[in-house]
Amino acid sequence: MATVALRDVRKSYGTNAVIHGVSIEIADGEFIVIVGPSGCGKSTLLRMVAGLEPITSGTIEIGGRVVNDLEPRARDIAMVFQNYALYPHMSVFDNMAYGLRIGGIRGAELRARVEQTAAMLELTPYLDRKPRQLSGGQRQRVAMGRALVRGPAAFLLDEPLSNLDAKLRVGMRLRIKDLQRSVGTTALYVTHDQVEAMTLADRLIVMNGGVAEQIDTPMRIYLEPATTFVAGFIGSPAMNILPAQGTEQGVLLGAVPLALGRPAPGRDVLLGIRPEDLTVAPEGEGLPLTIRAVELLGADAYAHGEIAGGGEMVVRVPGKKALSPGARVGVLPAPGLAHFFDPATGRRLP
Amino acid sequence: MNRATFPHRLLPYLLVAPQLAISLVFFYWPAAQALRQSTQREDPFGLATQFVGLANFRAVLSDPAWLNALRVTVVFSAWTAFLSMAIALLLATQAEKLIRGKDVYRTLLIWPYAVATAIAGMLWLFLFNPSFGTLAWPLRQIGIRWDPLLNGTQAMGLVIAAAAWKQISYNFLFFVAGLQAIPKSLLEAAAIDGAGGARRFWTITFPLLAPTTFFLLVVNTVYALFDTFGIIHAVTGGGPGRATETLVYKVYNDGFVNLQLGSSAAQSVILMAIVIALTAIQFRYIERRVHYG
Repeated sequence: MATVALRDVRKSYGTNAVIHGVSIEIADGEFIVIVGPSGCGKSTLLRMVAGLEPITSGTIEIGGRVVNDLEPRARDIAMVFQNYALYPHMSVFDNMAYGLRIGGIRGAELRARVEQTAAMLELTPYLDRKPRQLSGGQRQRVAMGRALVRGPAAFLLDEPLSNLDAKLRVGMRLRIKDLQRSVGTTALYVTHDQVEAMTLADRLIVMNGGVAEQIDTPMRIYLEPATTFVAGFIGSPAMNILPAQGTEQGVLLGAVPLALGRPAPGRDVLLGIRPEDLTVAPEGEGLPLTIRAVELLGADAYAHGEIAGGGEMVVRVPGKKALSPGARVGVLPAPGLAHFFDPATGRRLP
Repeated sequence: MNRATFPHRLLPYLLVAPQLAISLVFFYWPAAQALRQSTQREDPFGLATQFVGLANFRAVLSDPAWLNALRVTVVFSAWTAFLSMAIALLLATQAEKLIRGKDVYRTLLIWPYAVATAIAGMLWLFLFNPSFGTLAWPLRQIGIRWDPLLNGTQAMGLVIAAAAWKQISYNFLFFVAGLQAIPKSLLEAAAIDGAGGARRFWTITFPLLAPTTFFLLVVNTVYALFDTFGIIHAVTGGGPGRATETLVYKVYNDGFVNLQLGSSAAQSVILMAIVIALTAIQFRYIERRVHYG
C-alpha cells in the first residue's frame, strides 16, 4: 500500500510527443481510472508507471520513492494485462506462485498464500489446471489472483475486462471494486469504457491526445466537464454541444432565446446540454425539434432530431412515451444544468 | 478427425502415386537391396555370392572398429546438435533485442546455410590447416599445439565445429520464429513478477520454445548422423586413425573403398534400425513433456 505521484510525466518517441505532461498525486488506497479513446496514451502512461516504458521527463514516485530508473521488479507493483498474460505452461497454482517464489517465499507459507487468494476468487477447484483449460472469466480471475497474491504497493490494470462478454464484465467490475476496497491497495485502471470508468473510480483521469484533460471525481466530471472533449466523452448518449450566443436574458440558440445561465452578452459560446437534462413539451413551447429517429432501449428512448435553424440534438425520453419519427415537438432545457464552453479553446466558461 | 472425400475412387491413389513412386525407387528398393546384401558374402571379383545368414551382423557387432565408429558417432552427433542449437538460440535471443538492423543481421546469419556441405568442410579445412591455415596461426600463438592431422581430439573438434557452424543458420531461423511467437506481455508479466533476465529466459522463454527445440533436436540429430558425410570426407577423411570415422563414413569406406559389400550392407541396416529407434524414442518420450500452445 502506497501513494503514487506523477509529476509532469512526458513521453516522446523521437520528436513525436505522445504524453504531454501528466501530473497527479494519488492517495494511499485510492482507485484511479484513466479513461480515453484508443490512442490517447492511457496505456502508455500505465506502462510508464509499471516501468515497461521509459519516461522522457518528469518523475514517478511510488510510496514516496522516485522509481524513474528502477526496473519493473523493483517497483513493488502488480499488473493485470488485457490478454491476461498467464504463463501457458504453468498450472494456475504455479502462475500465482511465480512471483512469490521469486520473492523467496517457499513451502507452507507459499501454499497458504496462494490458496487464500484462490479461495477469495473462487479458483480453488482449478489450481491444478493449465490456463488453456479455463474459460475467459476464470483466466481473468487468475490474472487478478496473480496480482493480488503478492500484496504489492499498487495495482496496475490495463483494460482487464475488455476481453470478457458484457454480462461477465458487469460482474467482474463489481468484484474488482470490492476486492480493491477490501485489500485497500492503490489502483490505476486503464479503460476506454466510460461506464467502467464512472462506476469504479474514486477519481478519473480523462485523457485525449496525450493530455490529461480533466482529473476529478466521476460525479464532478459529469457535472462540470472541463472541456468539450470531456463533455462529449463522459455520459451516454453524448452531451449535445451547439453554437449559441450570449444575450441579456440568457442565450440565443439559432433564433430561439433560452433563459439558461448568463454568458457575456453578444459573446459566441458553445452550449452543452445533456440529453437527460431535456424534457419534451408540446410543439410551440421551448426549442422546436423535428424528430428524425428514435432508439428505444426499454426504460428509456433516445430521440434524435434536428432543431430549427440547423443542428442535431438528442433527447432522452421515457420508453413508454417514445416519440415517432417525423413528430414535431418542443424541448425545454432544465435550468441550471447547461454548460458553456469557449468555441476557440473548448475550455469550460465559468 | 476430418475425412476427406474424393469424387472418384482412383483419384486419391493417383494423387499419392508420385510420392509413393519416389519412396519406392529411392528408399524401399535400396533398403531391400541392402537387407538382401547384408546376408550375403561376395568374392573379390563379384563372380559368386553366397548366403551367410547373420554372419555379417555378428562380424560387424564384434568388430572393434565398428564399436569405435559407434562411439565417435555418439560424441560427434551429441556435440554437433548441442553446439549448433545452443549457439543458434543465443544468437536468436540476441537478435530479438535489436531494434535497428534486425533484418540485416538475420539475413547475414542465414547465408551459411546456402553453403554446400563439402564446401563448408573445405573452408574450415583451409582456415585450420596446420601449415597455412589463417586461424591455425593464432591458435598456435596462444600456446595450442594445433595439429588436427595427427591429434584425434583436435580433428574431432574441427569437424564438430564445421558441422555445427553450417547448421546454426537453420536453427537460428526456427528459434527466431519461435521467439516471435511468444507474446511480449508474458515476459513483461514475468518482469513485473520480479524475474530478472536470466530467470525470465529459463522459466518462460525456454519452456515455451520447447516445441521448436524438440523439432530441431530431431532434425539436428538426423543431420549430424547423415548429412555431415561431406564435411568429414573433406576435412579428415575419417582420420587420423579412425578418430573421426562415424558410422555413415564407415559404411561408405567399407562398401565403396574396401568393397566389403556384405559388411557394409549389414552396417547400413543396423544404422537404419538405430535411426528408427532414435526417432521413435524422441517422439514417444520427449514429445510428451513438450508443451504445445
